[in-house]
Amino acid sequence: MTADLILGIETSCDETAAALVARGTDVMSSVVSSQIELHRRYGGVVPEVASRAHVELLMPVVAQAIVEAGVEDRAIEAVAATHGPGLVGALLVGVSAAKAMSLVWDVPFVAMNHLEAHLYAAFLEEPELEMPLVILLVSGGHTMLVVMEDHLRYRVLGGTVDDAAGEAFDKVARHMDLGYPGGPVIDELAMQGDASAIAFPRAMANDGWDFSFSGVKTAVINHVRRHPDADVRDVAASFQEAVVDVLVDKARRAARDVGAKGLCLAGGVAANSRLREKTLDVCVADGYRAFLPSRSMCTDNAAMVAAAAWWRLQADGPSPLDIGANPSLRLPVIG
Amino acid sequence: MLILGIESATARVGCAIGGHEGVLASAHSSRGRRHAEALAPQIEFVAEQAGVSLRELGAVAVDVGPGLYTGLRVGVTTALSIATTLRVPMIGVSSLDLLAFPVALTDRKIVAVVDARRAEVFHASYRPVPGGVQRISEPAVARPGDLVAAIEADGEPVLVVGDGAAAHGDVFGGAHGVELADDSFAHPSAGSLVALAHARALREEFVRPDEIEPLYLRRPDAEAKWDAKAGS
Ligand SMILES: [Zn+2]
Repeated sequence: MTADLILGIETSCDETAAALVARGTDVMSSVVSSQIELHRRYGGVVPEVASRAHVELLMPVVAQAIVEAGVEDRAIEAVAATHGPGLVGALLVGVSAAKAMSLVWDVPFVAMNHLEAHLYAAFLEEPELEMPLVILLVSGGHTMLVVMEDHLRYRVLGGTVDDAAGEAFDKVARHMDLGYPGGPVIDELAMQGDASAIAFPRAMANDGWDFSFSGVKTAVINHVRRHPDADVRDVAASFQEAVVDVLVDKARRAARDVGAKGLCLAGGVAANSRLREKTLDVCVADGYRAFLPSRSMCTDNAAMVAAAAWWRLQADGPSPLDIGANPSLRLPVIG
Repeated sequence: MLILGIESATARVGCAIGGHEGVLASAHSSRGRRHAEALAPQIEFVAEQAGVSLRELGAVAVDVGPGLYTGLRVGVTTALSIATTLRVPMIGVSSLDLLAFPVALTDRKIVAVVDARRAEVFHASYRPVPGGVQRISEPAVARPGDLVAAIEADGEPVLVVGDGAAAHGDVFGGAHGVELADDSFAHPSAGSLVALAHARALREEFVRPDEIEPLYLRRPDAEAKWDAKAGS
């Protein structure tokens, strides 16, 4: 089944988002209402606060997405919403809204996997991406090294054994009293610091495909405790360098291993300047393409949900209306 | 005018379609808080049973709580989405009003109680009046023991209705002057919602979707803790 114009909805964490995307690639509108300000004082996303905000924000965000796309409601041919992984109470808001709209408009409902949606963000800006493709998906909730062999066909090489990459940024920032979210603050400070000032550990760097960031996080916290007058810019730069080194080294090894045509970044941490710079460097050196989606497509948005849904709908057809949220949904893999 | 009523504030989830001819079709299920799974298929089923296309609806009514937060959000979001998409007005009714309405044929004061978890109940008091009930207290949250103590101190015989009574049967059961309503009235009914909403629709008491707000009655824990810390 195909539906050219898909309304995507994303409410898995702290962004309330809606977008209209045609044929999985043309973004006609993409509206994201961030709740960062609501959660900042708590130093992290509070599920109940997020769920309440989604109820309040979703309909206005959907309305804006439709207006910005300049289409009539009746032109919408399917409604897709993230149903996992994520915060269950938050996911249910988007899923309930999408099902209700699909009932009224009498169009298919598509329950989407948030991880799969992230993998499709790159196609919104580069529809002709060649595969196999190695995708490094790094965010506050996820760290995954994925090989995309063809559309909808993935192999997961590795993931994190403890903290997600973005989580490590948040926790380090919190310990250093730098505020929330940690990623952008550390990125900013690191630009003015010396990345070789402190040799933080690079855990599991040459060891399999999995990642571990709790060691480097603890090392940073201990360092700051022992050296209270350490230059925060140097600490930030050295910490960031350690994380980026491990991420890029493994992704590079994976790309070589599978004979990838390109290396692609996805997820909120993909907005990190040093990670982007270093990824670009190794791709140039190794002779395959680097795909660095724009920052707005790296962080949670609904355009990527609608894009992935276009492929899913063709392959699997509509989702049943009795589907719920699955907070621990995994990426569907082959073999 | 055809009205769709959605009710999912307690452990039960249900919906109904009706209008001046009364309730045309309704459905409900209580399969352990799986509101999000059950609701959309129920709406589809009820519309089919009533022989109504959703596009014929003139208004959407919804139970705005108080109740279980996740269930409440599923119902409110579904109702908001349908009303917004159809561009029709809404009618919000409290779960406590919905509990009191079907037991109006009593000469006692009515106290509606909804299980609020964490050893608390949401409650409000009503007086039977011709054709229905009139709320005489604002919806509030209380410990069952405190609520019963207040009822006993007041001295007026009451009829207690709602799943909060069953959840705290030991407290409400033995209380002086308290009669418990039959178990069949323990959950708000989507049929009652449509009936109440129809009466309001005749008086044109509609609201816009952006005026519908879930009645949580408690702030998120994190927010309450934050304020307590900031105030200390
Ligand atoms: Zn994400």
